[in-house]
Amino acid sequence: MTAILGWGRYPIVDTEMIRPRTMDAAQRATVRGDQTVARGNGRAYGDAAIGGRQTISMTHLNRLRSFDAEKGVVTVESGLLLSDIIDTFLPRGLFPYVVPGTSLITVGGAIAADVHGKNHHQEGGFGEYVESIVLAVPTGETIRASRDEHPDLFHATIGGMGLTGTILEAAIRLRPVETGWIRQRTIVAKDLAAAFSAFESSDSVTYSVAWIDCLARGAQLGRSLIFLGEHARSAELHGNALANRFPVGRTPLSVPINAPAFALNHWTVAAFNELYFRAGARKAASPVLVPAHPYFFPLDAVGNWNRIYGRRGFIQHQSVIPTQNAQGTLAEMLGRIAKRGGSSFLAVLKKLGAGSGIISFPVPGYTLALDFPMRGDLFSFLDELDELVIAAGGRLYLAKDARQSRTTFEAGYPDLSRFREIRRSTDPAGKIKSRLSERIGI
Amino acid sequence: MAVAQQTVLILGGTSDIARATALVFARHDWVVRLAGRTLSELQREADDISARTSRKVTVHAFDVLNTSSFVEFADTLPELPDLVISVVGLLGEQSRSEVDTEHAKEIIRSNYEGPALILSLFAERFVARGHGAIIGISSVAGDRGRGSNYFYGSAKAGFSAFLSGLRNRLAISSNIHVMTVKPGFVRTKMTEDMKLPPLLTAAPAEVGEAVFKALGRRKDVIYVRSIWWLVMLIIRLMPERIFKRLKL
Repeated sequence: MTAILGWGRYPIVDTEMIRPRTMDAAQRATVRGDQTVARGNGRAYGDAAIGGRQTISMTHLNRLRSFDAEKGVVTVESGLLLSDIIDTFLPRGLFPYVVPGTSLITVGGAIAADVHGKNHHQEGGFGEYVESIVLAVPTGETIRASRDEHPDLFHATIGGMGLTGTILEAAIRLRPVETGWIRQRTIVAKDLAAAFSAFESSDSVTYSVAWIDCLARGAQLGRSLIFLGEHARSAELHGNALANRFPVGRTPLSVPINAPAFALNHWTVAAFNELYFRAGARKAASPVLVPAHPYFFPLDAVGNWNRIYGRRGFIQHQSVIPTQNAQGTLAEMLGRIAKRGGSSFLAVLKKLGAGSGIISFPVPGYTLALDFPMRGDLFSFLDELDELVIAAGGRLYLAKDARQSRTTFEAGYPDLSRFREIRRSTDPAGKIKSRLSERIGI
Repeated sequence: MAVAQQTVLILGGTSDIARATALVFARHDWVVRLAGRTLSELQREADDISARTSRKVTVHAFDVLNTSSFVEFADTLPELPDLVISVVGLLGEQSRSEVDTEHAKEIIRSNYEGPALILSLFAERFVARGHGAIIGISSVAGDRGRGSNYFYGSAKAGFSAFLSGLRNRLAISSNIHVMTVKPGFVRTKMTEDMKLPPLLTAAPAEVGEAVFKALGRRKDVIYVRSIWWLVMLIIRLMPERIFKRLKL
């Protein structure tokens, strides 16, 4: 038995770890599964990649299978890290169409969570760029699925949290880029209304994301920095960037131990936020060139940053609120968070489009991601936030979740019955089960 | 002027160290030939390296325990390579080797007999041709026998002694270079279930880089992480009457 945990360091669960080194071994582990689920690099925050009894770690299956230079399609084993794809292909002028806030996730995990990036409002999620997958299902077959072959299974697997089977292989389309630089522009929004209008007027920009100061209250509630970005073209490079068209990622630092519980409190976070906001506002005037790596993955430079929240871990609460209700509901949520004063270190706001899979998280609207260090009354407070989300027709992101109730989940995901039906056809005996699927009854 | 691409033959081509080493050579424009027991597993590595580097990688069936096949194996390669690297090795299970003669024999043959015989064969062909280089991946376990892995360790000791003898002979009579690599702990499938000290433990990619760099500098014996030199110095110098009581 091995104690495993998600990125939020809660919960910690003992399961039997299976570490296949070949496709055949991964396929057998799926067919013989006893309450099992595939796990990638362990960056889901809660219990999505923790099996009921067994967990299949896919990280050894990290080979490229083939690369079609003409189409820009790379076929990979599902345990390959996105960072590996970027290191290999960015110097050759290709970049994934969709990257989340960390590159340290596997391709299989990216598909299972249908991860989104800063361009979701424009270009959709990771699933949009998956050409095909090879899936091992518990009934014993190995199925190739795409938009043409087994389309139902394909759309159930994208965003399906690993519950339709074990993704063995995937073909991913990459984006041609002229440089490894991003042209970034910052907008300062003095309150939530200003942030919303900044998003609405930046709809045609490829990348956009807002950092919200959760401690700002009253008239300043929702004050934000909105970061806009485009891939820089060769002709747009200047200065140092000219000599270094494809800059490489930085060597990671690391948080070696869990920070003591008192390291993050109202005062340290407030001070940090104030400094961050002022620094951002100073830079807002002119666009800057930023290497892709720090632009997309600022926290990858600090290994194990999750330990900053201490031994007890943290919960990330990420919801999406449909556009028509977004501003009102988010104002209410931010108001309650500010009133509670509970150190949400990171608060990120982002506009989303429609999702690619049957139970993919994204719906057209606004998503808010909040980190909360674990403490006594946290769960009841988060239940309050959930009520606001559900009342507004929203839902929570399963890759971040460690605690939502079954009722919240079912209210948020109305297409669940279709998903369950497809799942029953590939896993009639119920061999695949994660702690997440058990907890919320997927 | 076009320079002919150099060719490296990697024996034991499906190990994590072989994979990492092959990738480094392919990135530096070498033609890579992977040899090992299971062609389908070799092909998986070859496809990976080809997709990453757009370089040619071929696969060749090779069984280190089947010593009578060695001549034919070398004869049927597309060419006599410029460099041969043996990454072949079998840790085995110490406790089983204590009671199971066949298992002990397999450990000895996989780590000493096979690698020494095949490298010796290539050495003679390199001498006849007039150039070539040989790299053997041995182990710090060969520096002093320990209770926890002495069949493995003694076979690696034999392999290290073979390499140093070969190096000695060829350094005097030819310009064929022989290098011994002692990786120390490496995070591989061989060590997957062990708890290893981070400071002493290298990633396979580190081994690949170290091998490539050391070859360029014509090093004789390298530890991948230099701290191992100190660790092994202390281990070698310890008096036997103390050493024998340590649980190592």
